[in-house]
Amino acid sequence: MLHTLSVKQMSEKLHAGEITSVELTQHYLDRIAEFDPELNAYVTVTPELALEMAKEADVRLKNGAAGQLTGIPIAHKDIFCTDGVKTSCSSKMLDNFIAPYDAHVVTLLKKAGMPILGKTNMDEFAMGSSSESSYYGPTKNPWDLNAVPGGSSGGAAAVIAANLAPLATGTDTGGSIRQPASFCGITGIKPTYGTVSRFGIIAYASSFDQAGPMTRSAEESAWLLNAMSEFDERDSTCLEMSRPDFSANLNDSLAGLKVGVPAEYFGEGLDADVEQVVKAAIAEIEKLGATVLPVSLPNKDLAVPAYYVLAPAEASSNLSRYDGVRFGYRCAQPQDLEDLYKRSRAEGFGAEVKRRIMVGAYALSAGYYDAYYLKAQRLRRMVRDDFTQAFEQCDVIMGPVAPTPAFNLGEKTDDPTSMYLADLYTIPVNLGGFPAMSVPAGFAQGRPVGLHIVGPYFSEAKLLNIGHQFQQVTNWHQQMPEQYR
Amino acid sequence: MSIGKSEVEYISRLAMIAVAENEVEPVSAKLSKVLDLFEQMQAVNTEGVEPMAHPHEVAQRLRVDQVTEADQHEKLQSVAPATAKEMYLVPQVIE
Repeated sequence: MLHTLSVKQMSEKLHAGEITSVELTQHYLDRIAEFDPELNAYVTVTPELALEMAKEADVRLKNGAAGQLTGIPIAHKDIFCTDGVKTSCSSKMLDNFIAPYDAHVVTLLKKAGMPILGKTNMDEFAMGSSSESSYYGPTKNPWDLNAVPGGSSGGAAAVIAANLAPLATGTDTGGSIRQPASFCGITGIKPTYGTVSRFGIIAYASSFDQAGPMTRSAEESAWLLNAMSEFDERDSTCLEMSRPDFSANLNDSLAGLKVGVPAEYFGEGLDADVEQVVKAAIAEIEKLGATVLPVSLPNKDLAVPAYYVLAPAEASSNLSRYDGVRFGYRCAQPQDLEDLYKRSRAEGFGAEVKRRIMVGAYALSAGYYDAYYLKAQRLRRMVRDDFTQAFEQCDVIMGPVAPTPAFNLGEKTDDPTSMYLADLYTIPVNLGGFPAMSVPAGFAQGRPVGLHIVGPYFSEAKLLNIGHQFQQVTNWHQQMPEQYR
Repeated sequence: MSIGKSEVEYISRLAMIAVAENEVEPVSAKLSKVLDLFEQMQAVNTEGVEPMAHPHEVAQRLRVDQVTEADQHEKLQSVAPATAKEMYLVPQVIE
């Protein structure tokens, strides 16, 4: 069964000529056709493009011009512009948008020779924590079809968990890689802000958005991060520096590693079963030679309100481009220009997107700018400084990714603030721009739970090393939902 | 913090999003809940803390002022709702 192989095993078989990329790609396309109608994890499947790219990869493999990932199929979150392919951001607003160019990440992964299986479902414009706000309907969690897969990269997490793609891309603005990774039992890393180019990624909140890999294992995340990160002058927020080999330190010993555990992460609101899983995972890391010490993140609870001022403020600016004029949805028979703008946006955006644009516009308006926007920016610094001070005592911080395992579909849709709290542990990391990952660590109430590992700037290789070493002594990352094995 | 009808209308204008009459109440209720969340911030003393707009406080990178992109207007305008003579068509603005 090809889908049960690790990406490393697939790569070895491709290079040895034991399988072809066309066979591998067709295998995944067949699985998508069989299982996706139930999961709704893909919004677009691109079989012709995938097989054409697979043929090209097979030529490279034969000619000895192939890299580690050549011939391995991939699914892209529908937020990445993909030349000639519908790129909707799961919004009615972009339901008719065929991207006229590739995001830089897509360009890099095409260069690596990775056939594109399709585009994955997500919360509309990446705003949400459950993948229920998609115009195309919610994605279901492969571990329990009554549960959400998390958001906003819920489709990407679900396709990895259900073996409908070996690798996927995601983006993380307030936790949108790590929270769905935790809910679906896969590995996901949000790199340091500025590591991966944001060119061609549909913008939500520009000072937070960062792309990253969603995979089964830490080793696979390291491989994919190597392929997708490169300086890109077209993104003014992309850091102009060389990227390390993110897989170079995977086998380093964890002896002497100092793990900070914040008391604030284990207080009221954390599900008792999740707490048990996370503490057991930290104990496992301790057995590998790490030392655990207490640290403090005193402003953790202020991160959520600060984020929900700042991210919507940036969104209200970024989403002003959707006005019915140059691309996307346009309302019927507009009476005048203002009517065109207001009705196109009212009819094209879903409820959560409209709410965030309105909140953002309000926070930036005269009279509220100081009280909301500037105040939130000051809190952002305080939250960031908490981490910086903690990292003076420890190498990494560990704790839960989310306060509960995956919640039920529809459980939080009527209460936006309750949904916002699903990202309580991930949001502070985005305020600071730090790298962080979720590693499968066990189950609570039959649903997966991730271990959250946060590091200082540019510590991705260390995080992946920790994740890989943890995965050498545990098998949570290898577990698959029974019906998708 | 409660948001009233006139404030919903004001925000609707700021955001350029039409809010139908029957939506005012639910929109107002949900916006009020979100703004309640923001009120938690007001109790914190942030005096002397410099606002932080971006994770990396680096200077904006500048590039040489040269044209680097080829003319692609046909490709880019092919996804527009309405165009004519290389222009985007919108409802008449000036009588």
